[in-house]
Amino acid sequence: MRIGIPKEIEEGENRVALTPDVAIQLQKLGFTVAIESRAGEAASFDDEHYQQAGVEIIDDPRELWTQSDIIMKVRPPKEHPELGFYGVELLKQHQTLISFLYPAQNPEMLKALSDRGVTALAMDSVPRISRAQKMDALSSMANIAGYRAVVEAAQHFGRFFTGQITAAGKIMPAKVLVIGAGVAGLSAIGTAKSMGAIVRAFDTRPEVKEQVESMDAEFLMLEFDDEDGAGEGGYAKTMSPEFIKAEMDLFAAQAAEVDIIITTALIPGKPAPELITERMVVNMKPGSVIVDLAAEAGGNCKLTEANKVVVKHGVTLIGYTNLPSRLAAQSSQLYATNLRHMLTDLCPEKNGIIDVNMDDEVIRGATVVKNGEISWPPPAPRITVAPKEDIGIQAKEALAKAAPKPTHPLAFLIPLVACGLALYGLGAVAPPAFIGHLSVFVLSCFIGYMVIWGVSHSLHTPLMSVTNAISSIIVIGALIQISSDSPIVVALSTLAVFITSINIVGGFAVTQRMLRMFSK
Amino acid sequence: MNAGVITVSYIGAGALFIMALGGLSHQETARRGNFYGMLGMALALFVTVIGLVTDNQFFLIAGIVGGGVIGWILAQKVEMTQMPELVAILHSLVGLAAVCVGYANALDHGNSLSGVEKTIHDVETYVGILIGALTFSGSVAAYLKLSGKISGKTLQLPGRHLFNLGLLIAAIWLCGVYIEHSAIGGGIGILLAMTLIALIFGIHMVVAIGGADMPVVVSMLNSYSGWAAAAMGFMLGNDLLIVVGALVGSSGAILSYIMCKAMNRKFINVIMGGFGTPKISTAGAGPAGDVGDVKSIEAQETADLLLNAKEVMILPGYGMAVAQAQHVVFEITKKLQDKGVNVRFGIHPVAGRMPGHMNVLLAEAKVPYDIVYEMDEVNDDFPSVDVSIVIGANDIVNPAAQEVPDSPIAGMPVLKPWLGKTTIVLKRGMSTGYAGVDNPLFYKDNTRMLFGDAKDSVDAVLRSLNSDS
Repeated sequence: MRIGIPKEIEEGENRVALTPDVAIQLQKLGFTVAIESRAGEAASFDDEHYQQAGVEIIDDPRELWTQSDIIMKVRPPKEHPELGFYGVELLKQHQTLISFLYPAQNPEMLKALSDRGVTALAMDSVPRISRAQKMDALSSMANIAGYRAVVEAAQHFGRFFTGQITAAGKIMPAKVLVIGAGVAGLSAIGTAKSMGAIVRAFDTRPEVKEQVESMDAEFLMLEFDDEDGAGEGGYAKTMSPEFIKAEMDLFAAQAAEVDIIITTALIPGKPAPELITERMVVNMKPGSVIVDLAAEAGGNCKLTEANKVVVKHGVTLIGYTNLPSRLAAQSSQLYATNLRHMLTDLCPEKNGIIDVNMDDEVIRGATVVKNGEISWPPPAPRITVAPKEDIGIQAKEALAKAAPKPTHPLAFLIPLVACGLALYGLGAVAPPAFIGHLSVFVLSCFIGYMVIWGVSHSLHTPLMSVTNAISSIIVIGALIQISSDSPIVVALSTLAVFITSINIVGGFAVTQRMLRMFSK
Repeated sequence: MNAGVITVSYIGAGALFIMALGGLSHQETARRGNFYGMLGMALALFVTVIGLVTDNQFFLIAGIVGGGVIGWILAQKVEMTQMPELVAILHSLVGLAAVCVGYANALDHGNSLSGVEKTIHDVETYVGILIGALTFSGSVAAYLKLSGKISGKTLQLPGRHLFNLGLLIAAIWLCGVYIEHSAIGGGIGILLAMTLIALIFGIHMVVAIGGADMPVVVSMLNSYSGWAAAAMGFMLGNDLLIVVGALVGSSGAILSYIMCKAMNRKFINVIMGGFGTPKISTAGAGPAGDVGDVKSIEAQETADLLLNAKEVMILPGYGMAVAQAQHVVFEITKKLQDKGVNVRFGIHPVAGRMPGHMNVLLAEAKVPYDIVYEMDEVNDDFPSVDVSIVIGANDIVNPAAQEVPDSPIAGMPVLKPWLGKTTIVLKRGMSTGYAGVDNPLFYKDNTRMLFGDAKDSVDAVLRSLNSDS
């Protein structure tokens, strides 16, 4: 099948859905690849590189849209500013479109795709389960956005990030607050940390505390025990008013102290929550920077303006919505690799023919239109991306289910009574000597039980070899009988003495040898 | 020597044996415990030989000296990795001795009992020989399995439970027949028939148990050898034998129980046989989540990772024993400790082929026991561990035990290296462990596979460590 990559036409979009490296690998899967002329220019991949990688260069985007079996893009299709076509209307049955599509925000486009009878896979709808991580373009883009957010902040921040003591005086390290420790947040934490800043992070989901601390940042905790902000699919959910109040107090206190705030709080399908109020901005130190990664969804700070850098109350507010595109070569490389993984899953035979297998959870999740039929939204994923504590919980639940039913409080008496009755029965007929032996036997069993119960695990082997030696006490039985007149009894006893002697000496000696090796 | 002195000596011996077992429960007192055991045994033997043996001293001395020398040589020669086999074969000797003593007693018509006493005595003899024979054949089968002379895979005959039941019924029925015959002075033929049944039962029981359950089998046989001694004690009316037999029997039973608990398995299921029961195929018990790609790593990279780590956890398994890698592993440990890396060993209760197997091997390599921890002591620490090295272990680090409810090892507590930063698995290939279950750990993002024989791999890592520094 032939894959076609049109040039991105959105303003300020520098990414491209294919790099020369990935093109080579796609050809190994059996595909032929074509790209629109100069599609990779903005991401520093020129046509020559693509040609060397065996990619056909097409000048006319119209031809690309009509002649390719699979169209791969970054942004959702949009009307071409010069040629005046939209892309989707050129598609026909049996063509497949793979791109970011945002089906929730773009119902008309979904409809249009369905009318054309095509198949469409939305890279933003890939389920967030661990198997699909390699094609999770949202994560790979968020990672870049987090990195770039720090770089942008550094650009507008008039100071060092790292602290230094110099001949010209002491430089205090910058304090960075990251709100929302998702992929972008963690990436921002790591970047700011590596530049030497003091980094704090906040998230409504307590389970990310560990991840934040693993990056050496400080996790700001709210004293709320019972509320957990983890929603479906690894995103946060909306919190209760009390929680939000406490959260806002925390931010207000932090705002006065930190130099840079990076906000990444997004709740799927809703406008971004307002976390930084104008009041807090006023209280920030002059020269401080806010990078609002939620600018496209209205911003976590109402003062940010999407796609702009503004200065208000002495604070620089950065509202770029195209941060990944500002690192175009990197993000193209990661996105193209995500696409390659997607195609690898779509084409298990490696024969260049894709099979949109709706039984595969990942493919099912990403497919929003199948042969003209809208298949979005997909059924709820079976596994959430972040198990609350650890996998042990599932095991514990399974065990809890298997737990025995509550028994009658006196049920333990049944075996006792049964044993007692059996002993009475025996006592009625057996001679006293036997009962004497029996009592010795029973008491010894209990002693053995008591003595062994606390044995340290590392001593199991020596214990076994010593008990083995001790059980050779059976030799006494042989000794008692060895003086018999019957030659066969003597022979049997001698044999028993012989083998138990092996056991006694061997058992004790090997135990001694083992114990000698145990040293502190 | 009068009977009172003998009895008192037996009481002393019994007390010494109890102190021996008590001493063996803790590292600090273990050697003293062993000494108590020797003392008790010497006392019991001495008193019996002096007090009760009246004839045939030559055979007695020959037996003791001959057996003693062989035992001594065995004990000195045995490799620590072969401990399970040695213990198994020693168990078989106890069983065989019980059979000999039982037969000798049945053939010796010196005692004249009658009525209920006679019946009880016959039953005691019968049961003693039965347990002895069963211990003998079971231990021999376990020995052959452990030493690899027969396949470690479970052998499960169709209708094995019925077969076992049949053997049991036959044994009980023969017991009744024996009592009838014994009353008129015969019955040896019946005893022989029963012995045959017991031998078959012992072998069948052990071969039906999966390789991963071998630690349980070994301690179970240990328990049986004790019960055999106790039965002999009843038969001979000797309290010392009863005391010791009961001690050993119950301690073995508890060890088996501890083992079973460590594997989250019911004792009865282990005995009934079959770990990975045939209906569960490898495919059916596949990885918990996701089959990703396996990422391999070279020795040099492993060394670099180790040098850059602060916390290292070493998780040994049977593969380390097979490859005799414990000495080199300790060399690596010392090297890393010199660099300020905190190295610990995490031991799963059923690692290896017998209880405590790994501890013995590490002790042999002079690894101090205060850096060797049990599973429960370290399992919560994994999130702060930088590098975990899994050496020749598989099922004991298998997340499927907790993630896949229908896995054959489901619910078994396992070490959790995947919670740490990086896990390096030393392994020959991608084969499954003894339980025959695929291991999702190998596919985790933070797992790296160092393929090759465990010994070669650790040698290579040590060389890289040396050349780096």
